[in-house]
Amino acid sequence: MLETNASTSTNSDPALIAGREVVASLNAIRKTYFMGALAVEVLHGISLDFYQGDYISIMGPSGCGKSTLMNILGCLDQPTEGKYFLGDEDTSKMEDDELSTIRGARLGFIFQSYNLIQQLNVLENIEMPLFYQGYSEADSHEIAMGLAARVGLQDRVDHKPFELSGGQQQRVAIARALAVDPLIILADEPTGNLDSKSGAEILNLFDELHDQGKTLIMVTHSDELAERSQRWVRLRDGMVESDDRHNA
Amino acid sequence: MTDITLNPPGSGSHAGKRPLLNSGFNFLRFKKITEVGIKSIYSHGLRSLLTVLGIVIGVAAVIAMLAVSEGASFEAQQQFRDLGASNILLKSVKPAEVEESSRSGFGPPQAIVYGLTVADITAIRNSIPGISNVISSRIVKKNVWNGGLNMNTDVVGTSVDYPVSRNYNLRAGRFFSESEMRDHANVVVLSDEVAQGLFPIDNPLGKSIRIDSDYYNVIGIMESEGFSNLGQNQAGSSNSASSRIFIPFTSSKSRFGETTTRQTAGGVESETVELHEAIIQVDNQDGVIEVGEIIDSILERRHKDIDYAIEVPLALLRQAEESALRDQVVAGAIAGISLLVGGIGIMNIMLASVTERTREIGIRRALGAKRRDIIMQFLIEAVILSGVGGLIGVVLGIAIPFIISAFWGMTTIVTPLAPILAFSISALIGVIFGIYPSIRAADMDPVEALRHE
Repeated sequence: MLETNASTSTNSDPALIAGREVVASLNAIRKTYFMGALAVEVLHGISLDFYQGDYISIMGPSGCGKSTLMNILGCLDQPTEGKYFLGDEDTSKMEDDELSTIRGARLGFIFQSYNLIQQLNVLENIEMPLFYQGYSEADSHEIAMGLAARVGLQDRVDHKPFELSGGQQQRVAIARALAVDPLIILADEPTGNLDSKSGAEILNLFDELHDQGKTLIMVTHSDELAERSQRWVRLRDGMVESDDRHNA
Repeated sequence: MTDITLNPPGSGSHAGKRPLLNSGFNFLRFKKITEVGIKSIYSHGLRSLLTVLGIVIGVAAVIAMLAVSEGASFEAQQQFRDLGASNILLKSVKPAEVEESSRSGFGPPQAIVYGLTVADITAIRNSIPGISNVISSRIVKKNVWNGGLNMNTDVVGTSVDYPVSRNYNLRAGRFFSESEMRDHANVVVLSDEVAQGLFPIDNPLGKSIRIDSDYYNVIGIMESEGFSNLGQNQAGSSNSASSRIFIPFTSSKSRFGETTTRQTAGGVESETVELHEAIIQVDNQDGVIEVGEIIDSILERRHKDIDYAIEVPLALLRQAEESALRDQVVAGAIAGISLLVGGIGIMNIMLASVTERTREIGIRRALGAKRRDIIMQFLIEAVILSGVGGLIGVVLGIAIPFIISAFWGMTTIVTPLAPILAFSISALIGVIFGIYPSIRAADMDPVEALRHE
């Protein structure tokens, strides 16, 4: 199915992107790691545009550079060369504090291992990005309660992460990612640690977010997962191998 | 198929809610970070407690030691003040060599002559200006009788100014007068203890007591509290200062003479002492130490043996003050060391905590925490740790002196400055030893931190 679509649709298909804003733009991104005297270039010039409402899977074998690309997209790391625009801001020359701010304000992270803070309860975990953005306590509480309800955990807000199943923890993580109403939600193997039923629930949630017009970028090995999205970016050896669209 | 339902967009939305502040200090932030810090410390209760033990002990030790040394110096100063800051005390002391020879000697007992003389006092008075008064006393050990009751006392023959010079107060009656002094009158002033011993039921005033074959009329009773052991006659007196009774100097001289004879294990021992004690009062307190030195040199010239002792309460007071200061310096040094050790303990545990929570740091950084947010978080945690330690230390430090006072009867004084100072230092220790671990936490690469297992 992927192959057939690859031949018929492209990233620049004007019919699919017509009238939609570019929310993130990678422009000839190169990333080189220095290990002592040894320089290893992991990304060899990647250019991609992501549109408002896109549901994208980034795929590729291990070592292809998808983690590095994800870190750059998440403003956790900076490209050695090239420009990365998030919204209309160029992040490639930003200071550490500015990067922290843009991460907190514009991005939502969903990790394979949920990455909730164990000492905090569900509500406090969801509130955390709001806290760093300086929202008032009352506002954060209201937003977090709403989001807990949205992911079906309104009865579990006082629970600590270890009292929840994997699927529930990942739902907390999704609520947390939605807290600041980010420009892009970045998900790294979001179902990697889940059984198939919980995984399916998470993917259904992603579908619904997509239907509501959220922009989702998901890194995955799994073709099955990728099939739920409407655009596949395949990386190989630090280059974009293919970039296809289809109507899910 | 799924039990998750999403509300339509906008219903649970937070449109219109804007961040209050994007950067800088903010009380809410501070409060939240503090809450998180307390939670994290609480989640490692025992470890946290052991960590702050150094601080607890340090702070408690400072406060308790200061309280004890403050109490001791207060007590010492009180004693010296009782002796009179403008007084110089002279006493006769049996010289060591004489004591030896008299014990091993054969033949008829020979009176040992030693100690201060009236001539000494005259010489002192004549050569030093600014001596306002000299109160000379003779002290003889005697059994004192009231009918069948008797007590062994030090009978002090002295002058009318004695109570004033020593800050002693009369509880009842009066001290003897100049005329009684002139008349070699048989009048006596009892100390509280003697009065109670001899007159357990009735009021001793107006009654008589017997010493040897003479009867003395009781005219007054002296408070025992002010009697200090310092300045007590050292020549053969084993009684406590409170079992003293007082008669006119003239009466003592004419009734008992200057030579006293005692029955000892080896035979009979007799000694001749003109004056047992003299209190020299100086006009000006500032000169008292110098006058003391001059008197010492005069007596040194006049006496072959060292058969006298000189005590200047003010000089002793100064010494006590100096030693109190030394105590405090030592207490401070010990406290400093234990607080340093406590601080290192906190640094150690904070470094462990930073490593342990690398993942959390990564998550927080990914969710928008700036470097300074992370620094703040760990710094506040370190300060809470040391602050809690300091607080426990303050409580212990205030409790320990109370216990010492209750069980050993020592005077302890907790000055308000000590707990405040000790607590402030402990909080400061948290900041100083928390900085390095906090900076290490903040300098972590978010990507590395998120990957940390």
